[in-house]
Amino acid sequence: MEFFVNAFLLALLAATTIAIVRMRRLIATTMLFGIFSLLMAAVFVVLDAVDVAFTEASVGAGISTILMLATLAICGAKQESVPRKQLPAIIVVVVTGAVLLWGVSGLPDVGDPTAPATTHVYKRYVEESGTEIGVPNIVTSVLASYRGYDTLGEVAVIFTAGLGIICLIGAGTGQQRRRRNGNDSGDDV
Amino acid sequence: MFVVVTVALLVTMGLALARAIVGPTLYDRILAVNTFGTKTVLLIAVYGYLTERPDFVDIALVYALINFIGTVAVLKFFESGEFAHSWRERRERVEAGDTGDDD
Repeated sequence: MEFFVNAFLLALLAATTIAIVRMRRLIATTMLFGIFSLLMAAVFVVLDAVDVAFTEASVGAGISTILMLATLAICGAKQESVPRKQLPAIIVVVVTGAVLLWGVSGLPDVGDPTAPATTHVYKRYVEESGTEIGVPNIVTSVLASYRGYDTLGEVAVIFTAGLGIICLIGAGTGQQRRRRNGNDSGDDV
Repeated sequence: MFVVVTVALLVTMGLALARAIVGPTLYDRILAVNTFGTKTVLLIAVYGYLTERPDFVDIALVYALINFIGTVAVLKFFESGEFAHSWRERRERVEAGDTGDDD
């Protein structure tokens, strides 16, 4: 049954992707992106990665859709069809896919007791993190203490990204405010 | 029992996806995305019982909230165009007659 659910969800995922590629109305594409994220979230849940699924649903289907619609409101929602060379793109995609499949074939099975993830530090985290760190949740103690520097780096990256976005959006609203106070002709920026 | 419900949900998801792809209007697609989100929530809840670990029901509830907020935001955007305070989009919508027909 799990295999069937997986296969069906992946088939829907493939159909969504093809539709996204072929769609020329960008707002409809945005809607399909939302469906894609929801499908990915369902796949993640089937794969037991509930936290990843949660992030995918909230960021992918929630915030991203809204941000993309806001972008389309500024940029216009029509896609110009440009002549493209398709053969190099197909070659790159096929080679990348082959490399990824080759990489995945080297991964240990799900739940394999001899997998590296369950042999090295896993035991210490499970058995001693409660007394060593004093936090009942193992994931929290790993993220906030054992891998504290890693988390600090991530926070720095996200902070930098946030600063960049604030700079970009701040400039945009100033421009729009000026335009609105001026005439209604609204020249394209 | 749960198997039947799961299969029914998967078929419904396929139908909603077909509606989102075929359209023809944007409102069909918004409704399809909303339906799809609801079916995802239900699938996650039912799948928990199917695999005899119903721990994900609360997460499914949070999904339902996100889905609701997202749909309201999208509809507010289409209704008023106020979302990004963009004059251009509003003008384009008025000029295009706001049909939302597909090409």
